[in-house]
Amino acid sequence: MSPTDLAAQEQRKTADKQRVVNDFSIQVATVNGSGSQTANMVLLRSILMMGVPVSGKNMFPSNIAGLPTWYTIRASKRGYIARRKEVDFLVAMNAETAKEDVLTLEPGAAVVYDEPLKLSGLRNDVVFYAVPFDKLVGSVCPDAKLRRLVRNMIYDGILARLLGIELSLMERALAKQMGKKAKAVAMNVGALKAGFDYAQTTFTKHDPYAIEPMNETAGKILIEGNAAAAIGCMMAGVTVVAWYPITPSSSLCESLIGYMKKYRIDKETGKATFAVVQAEDEIASLGMVIGASWAGARSMTATAGPGISLMGEFAGLAYYAETPAVIFDVQRVGPSTGLPTRTAQGDLLQAAFLSHGDTKHIMLMPATVEESYTMAMQAFDLAELFQTPVFVMMDLDLGMNNWMSDAFTYPTGPINRGKRLTAEKLKELGEWGRYKDVDGDGIPYRTVPGDNLPAYFTRGSGHNAKGQYSERPDDYVENMDRLARKFDTARAHVPKPVVQLNPEARIGFIGFGTSHFAIEESRDQLVEETRVETSYFRLRGYPFNEDLPAFVDAHERIYIIEQNRDAQMRQLMKLELSPERVSKLRSVLHYSGLPIDARSITDDVLAQEGFEVAKKTVSRVSAGSAGGE
Amino acid sequence: MAPIKVNRIGLEPQVYKGGKTTLCAGCGHNSISERIIDAFYEMGVDPKQVVKLSGIGCSSKSPAYFLGSSHGFNAVHGRMPSVGTGAMIANQKLIAIGISGDGDTGAIGIGQFVHLMRRNLPIIYIIEDNGCYGLTKGQFSPTADVGSTLKTGVVNDLPPIDTCALAVQLGATFVGRSFSGDKKQLLSLLKAALAHRGTVMLDVISPCVTFNDHEGSTKSYAYAKEHDDPVEDMTFVPFFEDISVDYEPGSLQEVTMHDGSKLLLKKLEEDYDPTDKLNAMKRLHESARRGEFATGLIYIEPDRDDFLTQLNIVDEPLAGLPLARTRPGPEALEEIMEGLR
Ligand SMILES: Cc1ncc(C[n+]2csc(CCOP(=O)(O)OP(=O)(O)O)c2C)c(N)n1
Ligand code: SF4
Ligand SMILES: [Mg+2]
Repeated sequence: MSPTDLAAQEQRKTADKQRVVNDFSIQVATVNGSGSQTANMVLLRSILMMGVPVSGKNMFPSNIAGLPTWYTIRASKRGYIARRKEVDFLVAMNAETAKEDVLTLEPGAAVVYDEPLKLSGLRNDVVFYAVPFDKLVGSVCPDAKLRRLVRNMIYDGILARLLGIELSLMERALAKQMGKKAKAVAMNVGALKAGFDYAQTTFTKHDPYAIEPMNETAGKILIEGNAAAAIGCMMAGVTVVAWYPITPSSSLCESLIGYMKKYRIDKETGKATFAVVQAEDEIASLGMVIGASWAGARSMTATAGPGISLMGEFAGLAYYAETPAVIFDVQRVGPSTGLPTRTAQGDLLQAAFLSHGDTKHIMLMPATVEESYTMAMQAFDLAELFQTPVFVMMDLDLGMNNWMSDAFTYPTGPINRGKRLTAEKLKELGEWGRYKDVDGDGIPYRTVPGDNLPAYFTRGSGHNAKGQYSERPDDYVENMDRLARKFDTARAHVPKPVVQLNPEARIGFIGFGTSHFAIEESRDQLVEETRVETSYFRLRGYPFNEDLPAFVDAHERIYIIEQNRDAQMRQLMKLELSPERVSKLRSVLHYSGLPIDARSITDDVLAQEGFEVAKKTVSRVSAGSAGGE
Repeated sequence: MAPIKVNRIGLEPQVYKGGKTTLCAGCGHNSISERIIDAFYEMGVDPKQVVKLSGIGCSSKSPAYFLGSSHGFNAVHGRMPSVGTGAMIANQKLIAIGISGDGDTGAIGIGQFVHLMRRNLPIIYIIEDNGCYGLTKGQFSPTADVGSTLKTGVVNDLPPIDTCALAVQLGATFVGRSFSGDKKQLLSLLKAALAHRGTVMLDVISPCVTFNDHEGSTKSYAYAKEHDDPVEDMTFVPFFEDISVDYEPGSLQEVTMHDGSKLLLKKLEEDYDPTDKLNAMKRLHESARRGEFATGLIYIEPDRDDFLTQLNIVDEPLAGLPLARTRPGPEALEEIMEGLR
């Protein structure tokens, strides 16, 4: 940026604006494959180290290299970690999108950009800082081949200076990110400093945004939901994992492999207390899971919508033959290949009823990384207790983005391996039937190969309580009714909803999964801006329990907030609620592929409540997509 | 009363029987079930350790008709290999036998079949091959030969899949072909299969008397009897039996199996070495070109690591590991958390 640019900008109103401390969002626009991930993580972590609540979201294309990608970091002193639609601080590194990125900014925003992009003439209501990245990188990295890798670190240095992030913290964050690669760390530190120095000597600050130390993040961790779930699986004692790579679930199995190789190798023998198989497809993945759990192992797979579609027939087999299976569905945007790298909650109906005939499945819905961890463990208990598939319904936003969280606590208490027949139990029962409802809860006792107890023939064809082949109408009905009874028993065992009843609220929100953070923020907005009070029912499991109708009864109108087009959760609820209750249900639907944000919820609810809604901010992220899905 | 006949682990033949068959009288699949019963009895396999797996089809029903005291899993059409793989990983002490059909394997299940062969999972995988879909009433299957006809006169124009050639090429370590009507050869192959560690793939021509036993079928009893082309004369000597066989010197190839059992292979009209992959492929194609089918032990690789060995899992079954061994301690979690701060 030339000195005249600066001088001109000094005249602008934006500079007089009040300081905005620890409450703004930064968007870094780059090209995927350019190695910006490290720089973004360092920026994110250094803000966390400043004690400021922070969240990071990656909006990336389904592509290996060359397409636009955006990383958004939100600092929020109030602890809001949902996506914010508005961008306050833009780092424009991508020639292809820079112009549009700048044009869609809110007035008063700031832009750090790569000098050759010549963006400063585009608007006069935002602040521009031009940085000659190529020149700077040349000075810290003589080897031209390595420049691409450290170039992005320069904007971290610039931002450190402009936002007031301590450089020493950034260096620590960098060391954490890069691990033991001393040479790489040194080179990146050089780039950081070059950026910092350049900003220090060249720029006068004209934007209002600043990071100041807080004390809100002591002891907190930063982790992706997929890694959190993986830790949960390991702690649950999973022994057999079968998977087929697919975004956004791959990193669940990949981090699991990493953790297991470290913590699940027998010290004495050097042998693994687990097996991971990369199967030939998702059909085979689930087949292996079913075979393994049928033989008594704790077993799981992870996939996304296309994989779930393929698993249909096996899911029905597991339901009907009653074998445990833990299936993580890290949801992405469908239908079909859809937007493979964007988030959605669009597999609910498909998972709930996956397979033909009268089939229904248990679903768990974690909202946080901590719940990804705890519910992973619960999923194994429930799958074995109910001898049935359990779907853990995550999404890309949760699975692949880094979230701030309290550290996870070590599981206490034993695991539940379900009703396994023992010699004593057999004596007590006198006679054993594989599908006999001994206890009245619909859950039969099972044996596994090699346990020396009575064997049975497992089949997906009609069978009676003894497990024998049967096409008799009464056997069929009896068995199906027992399965329904078993499903009813599960209502009391899936994670209970978290309910915040507000006695002043006439409307209630129902949400689940990652919508949670935007919902909480929206509830605050509604009170602060329009004095609309709400209650909140955060659903965590399916089948529903009796808390649901009670919540509906306590309110005049219910907004079910979900990230899909067809109000899938509302459809599920309609199946069980009375017509009077159903008449209270409304929807807030968000399905652009971007994580849901508070403003969208607030505006939508206000509009439905009959308020004038000022304006709709448009979100800007558009990327081509090809390959790599 | 005569003493009750028992095998080497003290079990009566009765224990190895299964439920009464519901397949058509004369169906080749029933003869294969009988040979399986004989082989498991004679080898003294503990039925409690056996898992029987299958897909869907008349053939896939047959695990209900042998080894009634073993666990069985009649899975979904074409996908038994994955279920078997999961079960064997969960408990590598099990002995797995999978029964499939030519449709179950060659059509809907070809993908899982291919990957099963590649992995060399310890399993005995049998295709009861009748060249048609029995259970859905006689349509052609992918193993039907070019020019063979349905009862209705419809002619098959597509080349068959040779499951043995596929298995050899893909990495199965024991590949054989037989005919449900050849009691001696099939029994020897099955017993040898039990002595092998790795994937055993047996394609057994097993005529469907109801839909594919007519003139014009190349999978009928008559056709099979006439066109059976054995590659060798095989004698199986289990490790627990001490048998000496007299053969002319030089006419005999001896193969030592995983459990110490021996296969004595007597050469027929031409040299056949079943440990030579190229030779095996050549012979399969040569027989097919003559309109015959090569039977016997087509290929064996006795020493290759099986899939479970490659996975490097602990010696005890994974399914039975106590939580103390499958849940890392609090210090592990703390270390992970520290890395994330
Ligand atoms: C997904 C699916 N598609 C189709 C079928 C119908 N079906 C049942 S058995 C079978 C063919 C069986 O042929 P094969 O495996 O050769 O067995 P065979 O009956 O000849 O022994 C088919 C197509 C099915 N059960 N499942
Ligand atoms: S239809 Fe054919 S394959 Fe099926 S049982 Fe009858 S003879 Fe056997
Ligand atoms: Mg068939």
